[in-house]
Amino acid sequence: MASNRMKLELSRVVQGRSRLGVLTGLGRTSQHSLEIPGCLLYTHLGTVPHLTQDTLQTLRNIPSVTQVTLNHIAEQQEVLEDFKQGFTKFAGLHDTVLYCSLYDPAAPCPTGFNTNKTVSVWGSSGRIELTVDKFMALQKTVQPDWYQTMADGETWQNNTSRKRVRKSVDRTLAHLDECLLLHQKSQELEGAEVFGVVQGGDILEERERSARETAKRPVAGFCLDGFQSDSMDQSLRTQLIAAVSRVLPEDKPRLLQGVGRPDEVLDCVEAGVDLFEGFFPFQVTERGSALCFDFDISSNPERAGRAPPAVLELNDNQRDPAGDVPQNGDTNPEDQASVTPFEINLKDKRYRDDFRPLVEGCGCYCCTNHQRAYLHHLLVTNELLAGVLLMIHNVVHYQGFFSALREALANDKVELLKRRIRRPRDEQTESKE
Amino acid sequence: MAAVVECGGDTNTKEKHMSLKKALSVASPLTLRIVAECSVTKARACDLILPHGGVITPVFMPVGTQGTMKGITSDQLEGLGCQICLGNTYHLGMRPGPELISKANGLHGFMKWKRNLLTDSGGFQMVSLVELSEVTEEGVKFKSPYDGKEILLSPEESISIQNCLGSDIMMQLDDVVSSTVTGPRVEEAMHRSIRWLDRCIAANQNPDKQNLFAIIQGGLNAELRKTCLDEMTKRDVPGFAIGGLSGGEEKDDFWQMVTLSTDHLPREKPRYLMGVGYAVDLVVCVALGCDMFDCVFPTRTARFGSALVPWGSLQLRQKQFAKDFQPIDPNCHCPTCKTHSRAYLHALFRNDTAAMHHVTIHNIFYQLTLMHSVRQSIIEDRFPEFVRTFMKRMFPSPDQYPGWAVDALASVNVTLD
Ligand SMILES: [Zn+2]
Ligand SMILES: [Zn+2]
Repeated sequence: MASNRMKLELSRVVQGRSRLGVLTGLGRTSQHSLEIPGCLLYTHLGTVPHLTQDTLQTLRNIPSVTQVTLNHIAEQQEVLEDFKQGFTKFAGLHDTVLYCSLYDPAAPCPTGFNTNKTVSVWGSSGRIELTVDKFMALQKTVQPDWYQTMADGETWQNNTSRKRVRKSVDRTLAHLDECLLLHQKSQELEGAEVFGVVQGGDILEERERSARETAKRPVAGFCLDGFQSDSMDQSLRTQLIAAVSRVLPEDKPRLLQGVGRPDEVLDCVEAGVDLFEGFFPFQVTERGSALCFDFDISSNPERAGRAPPAVLELNDNQRDPAGDVPQNGDTNPEDQASVTPFEINLKDKRYRDDFRPLVEGCGCYCCTNHQRAYLHHLLVTNELLAGVLLMIHNVVHYQGFFSALREALANDKVELLKRRIRRPRDEQTESKE
Repeated sequence: MAAVVECGGDTNTKEKHMSLKKALSVASPLTLRIVAECSVTKARACDLILPHGGVITPVFMPVGTQGTMKGITSDQLEGLGCQICLGNTYHLGMRPGPELISKANGLHGFMKWKRNLLTDSGGFQMVSLVELSEVTEEGVKFKSPYDGKEILLSPEESISIQNCLGSDIMMQLDDVVSSTVTGPRVEEAMHRSIRWLDRCIAANQNPDKQNLFAIIQGGLNAELRKTCLDEMTKRDVPGFAIGGLSGGEEKDDFWQMVTLSTDHLPREKPRYLMGVGYAVDLVVCVALGCDMFDCVFPTRTARFGSALVPWGSLQLRQKQFAKDFQPIDPNCHCPTCKTHSRAYLHALFRNDTAAMHHVTIHNIFYQLTLMHSVRQSIIEDRFPEFVRTFMKRMFPSPDQYPGWAVDALASVNVTLD
């Protein structure tokens, strides 16, 4: 496809499946690279949620690939057509590789609207129906470095019928072929890399067929769709991804959509996934939480004990309903339910007078300057800075996890890392002050 | 603010106390150096030295109500050149409370702001935000909106909280009456504010590191204002605020009260005009001799997509900007204008809160830059010319100049046109 400048160099394949390496030659100038396993920079219309460009630039080691999603961008089609110079310039983005996906992994998308010829995405003002022509016209205005081709991905719900799954595979392949035809004729997309989409729901044969057929096309990489976190338990997900990985060519990257929890990321890497969408830190931020799980696999025992505190008792702010902290900024029950063991919820009253950083030893702007008590205050008073500071920390922490993951793969420490991140929170010994 | 807390120095170790004393023996908590005075108007440019660094005046002070400047980090605010900002005693006293903030080494430590802070007395918020407040000689009585408890904010309590917050400039508790009220209540409030000033001065536990400003009251009545000025200027306070204005009164009354106040305030102390922040008001009131200003408007309006420019404002959420690929102000050097177009900000307003932060940054920068230009023109003694150019840019034609501004400027010998 296009110029084939993107290259995947694998330095290590552990147990036949987990891949360690680097994608090189990325972007229009071919100057960027991205280590795998890795994750993309999640954005809303090119902006990392809550963060201005200058704040983003103060973070170290941000991913070199920025993800934008068509549901946000589709509403800007006319504007981008007028602008003519592509989305990166329109959004004032830094020097980055631009990847355009169909859906926002953090925004649930209603199903039941896709047809043989169309796929629907949901923007801020409602549904936008895309044909391949419209989809490709959009890509020409976006001028991404990578893009996911149009796909019928409505099979992630439970109990999707075999017939529907097969249809989704067929439609997605048909869309891919049409996209590729238009792509080859387009000057604007010269040099852009196409990611084909593997469908197949929870049916093994359909997964394999989708992977095999997609791999026959001239694509630069693969998106694995329909594995969203809520739709499938991890053992089935691992099994299906492993099967797909066996079919896919070794030399092209595999991007898993809709999975971001650290434990699931680890399992999926072991099944052969290279890339993830970076939306998980955003979801954690939105519920007022800070990532705090331990991923330190260095042999230094002092550092190994640095991770934070009990999350198991998290829900106990219900214990004391007559507390003196007003509830207007407080967690709604849905948020509480989705709090994972990898985070602490700063809305909890216990942090009201906790003057420690979010994570001891974290070098992010938030942790080097601010204390949990301040974050708690910002959350209960509904101040905008809460989202800014939590997002900074969560992005940095999550990137740190991915870099630990690569280190673990390089040094045969994946099992140790698994134990670290799953370490029960009540074993933590850190005391207040 | 449920209880009076003693925290004037108890969080500091002895050592800290010693080094602080040393520092203070060199520099008192407030020094005002007049750099230049306009040869035509009452405008002046000063250097104000406060415990957390210098402040050049005239100065606009952004308002960070709850110990945060909306979505802007402390680093960003510092990067914009802000040397002093506000915190609100009423809000912070309620949440997280003075004890917690003093444990965090004051508001500076709590919000990690290295430069100067000014806190209000809490009285204004109470009267304007809380319905059930009652003012007696003792203080302002109100019901907590959070737990319904009855709370008394006395002058002593206000200062105690502000001592805990550790602000560089504290405001006295004053008896706030809406500027549209007339009659004996205004006089009562003025006299009470003088008595409360004395109680505040007596209550201040940190006169060596926290400056207490008096607030001139007297409504729109020139005689009452004058009486208040005469009384309050007898007290040895480090600075004066002009209060009780900017509350919906006629602009003609407003500027008369401002200029009356600056006529009688001591030259060697800073003058703070409370609650004023519109560009035209700032420029005119600098001409009338004010040094310091604060207002929530620039940051509040930013969150609704309104960007301040030398010719007024842009409502970025309006459709007309969807395909406008220029920056907010092509001549602005703020981080937002250097990076983003009106069209992108227009689009981002539908997708992410960062859009608000971008406009907040621009608006704060606009206010600070305006004041820097004002100062520079005073120093170079071309302030009247600056005012004329500013007004020409702000209004499409001279017949749209607000009458009060024309009159106010004429009173200090600046004729427009
Ligand atoms: Zn951190
Ligand atoms: Zn600007």
